[in-house]
Amino acid sequence: MVATLLGILAQIEQAPFVRPAIDWHAVAPELVLLAGGALVTVFDLIFMERGRKYIPTLTGLTFLAALVPVLTLWDNGIARSLFDGAYITDRYALVLKALFLLSGYVIVLMSTNYMAEGDYYDSEYYQLISASILGMLVMASSRDLIGIFVALELISIPAYLMAAWRKRDLKSNEAGLKYMLMGVFASAIMLYGMSLLYGLTGDTKLRSISSAIADQGTTPIITMAIIFVIIGFGFKVSAVPFHTWAPDTYEGAPTPLTAFLAVASKAAGFVALMNVVLYAFEFQPEIAEPFIWLLSAATMTVGNLIAIRQTNVVRLLAYSGVAQAGYMLAPLAVYEVNGIEASASAVVTYLVIYAAMNLGAFAVIMAAARRTRSGEIDSYRGMLNWAPGLTVLMTIFLFSLAGIPPFGGWFAKFEVFRVLLTGNTFSGVSLAVIAAVNSVVAAFYYLNIMKNMWFMDAPEGTDQSKLKIPSPLVAALAITLIVTLVTGTVLAGPLRNATDFLAF
Amino acid sequence: MLLNQFLGLAAILFCIGVYGVLTRRNGVMVLMSIELILNAVNINLVAFGAYQGDVGGQVFALFVIAVAAAEVGVGLAIVLLIYRNRRSIDVSEADLLQG
Repeated sequence: MVATLLGILAQIEQAPFVRPAIDWHAVAPELVLLAGGALVTVFDLIFMERGRKYIPTLTGLTFLAALVPVLTLWDNGIARSLFDGAYITDRYALVLKALFLLSGYVIVLMSTNYMAEGDYYDSEYYQLISASILGMLVMASSRDLIGIFVALELISIPAYLMAAWRKRDLKSNEAGLKYMLMGVFASAIMLYGMSLLYGLTGDTKLRSISSAIADQGTTPIITMAIIFVIIGFGFKVSAVPFHTWAPDTYEGAPTPLTAFLAVASKAAGFVALMNVVLYAFEFQPEIAEPFIWLLSAATMTVGNLIAIRQTNVVRLLAYSGVAQAGYMLAPLAVYEVNGIEASASAVVTYLVIYAAMNLGAFAVIMAAARRTRSGEIDSYRGMLNWAPGLTVLMTIFLFSLAGIPPFGGWFAKFEVFRVLLTGNTFSGVSLAVIAAVNSVVAAFYYLNIMKNMWFMDAPEGTDQSKLKIPSPLVAALAITLIVTLVTGTVLAGPLRNATDFLAF
Repeated sequence: MLLNQFLGLAAILFCIGVYGVLTRRNGVMVLMSIELILNAVNINLVAFGAYQGDVGGQVFALFVIAVAAAEVGVGLAIVLLIYRNRRSIDVSEADLLQG
């Protein structure tokens, strides 16, 4: 026994453990966010009730502090690689990290009053949001199956808890249950695909998988593995036919969390999908492209057709978000002819602009719900009288979602169409036609909300005094409005340049 | 090395798990079916890792085990929440949100 132990010790001495060199600057955003999240937890434990009103501010500041190393890394401009290429911080990852941190900040601003005035004001909510955003930062840099899996779960597990946040509300419970069951099932399917990929290629790094599959050629089992992995991410980005959880969860969950799921969590799902498809399946377009083409066409069509008959604004935005995911999937269906950089840059541009306009629309819904106490479109009648500012803002965000110039949304759609049409292939052009028809259908239900706000009279007995909006919500509206306006006009060019840096 | 037997076992477990998720109406049983799928994944990973003499598969399996524990912990908490409010864990009864 002792001899065996001594033998093992002798072996260890022969091969001493060498600590891998860690580039601390490259992981600084994650470390700052981790430290900030821990600080919020400790702060809450020490000050309890007295400190509660400072928790949202502290969380928001943490997100902004984590943005500082993102900016210094961007300024530095070198692609940094850690752990033998499993964790890469390049400009592509940095754009996404900035997007996640800023949307996290806006969501904290939106949550501040909602959580403080609800029955369940707990600082744990902010700790969970920090954890989830941390997962997104890790996701943006992960170039390894293990890293992607852990990041995906770090994003999802806090989100399951937050969806069921209102403990005594049956709808919120149901939202959490549906999201959790579908999410766990999806990640299990994805993992099975990943285990096959690992077994067939002998490595978990996306680059090695890519070259190993290219050497072996396409076999049925590789096709199955690729399709399982894409299905797993299809659930996360709520692509049809894996979207069934989204509207129910969006309606039942607390509204700030709905915005979080519709924007940040969906964006993270897209990042995971992009990383895997563009890095690992780079040489397998004949499997990945037709499958994503089908997902994209089905997602935008079904999402829009169901959105038309919704009477609840949150559900309507949920289905419109499903349709928007279809537009975002479209560039990934033609990555072979255009090169993966062009497709990735179109998706990232769309994600940035979509985050701004959709968060803005949710902020308006939350502000309006302070008066209407309901999400029905009917309750928005006569909003011009009691909240003219909100009416104008909602109009801008909805125009942007419909893709009408000069707001950000048109530029996002323009980039998608440009990528679809440059190759002049049948799949690209046909998808562009489907997307164009869908944009017209989508304009119909966006305009229907506007008709209710601008031209219909308020129902009898509605309080007509001007609505007061709390200042954090005003800040959230201002940030999203500015981003929506500038990305469609003055910043469209610079945004294009920034995403063109994407070094694959 | 008998790789095929391990892969066959994992494939059967995977199919049983997927069948269970799609047919069971009891929340806890659905979670257990998902555990079956995750264990199929672990068998796959460890078998492939041993076959190729690479520790990567075992490391991946360790991560899957740890994360699955967290996932099921959260899942059971949500099922318990439903049970407290409804006195039932039948997932088909959770139908307040539709359309």
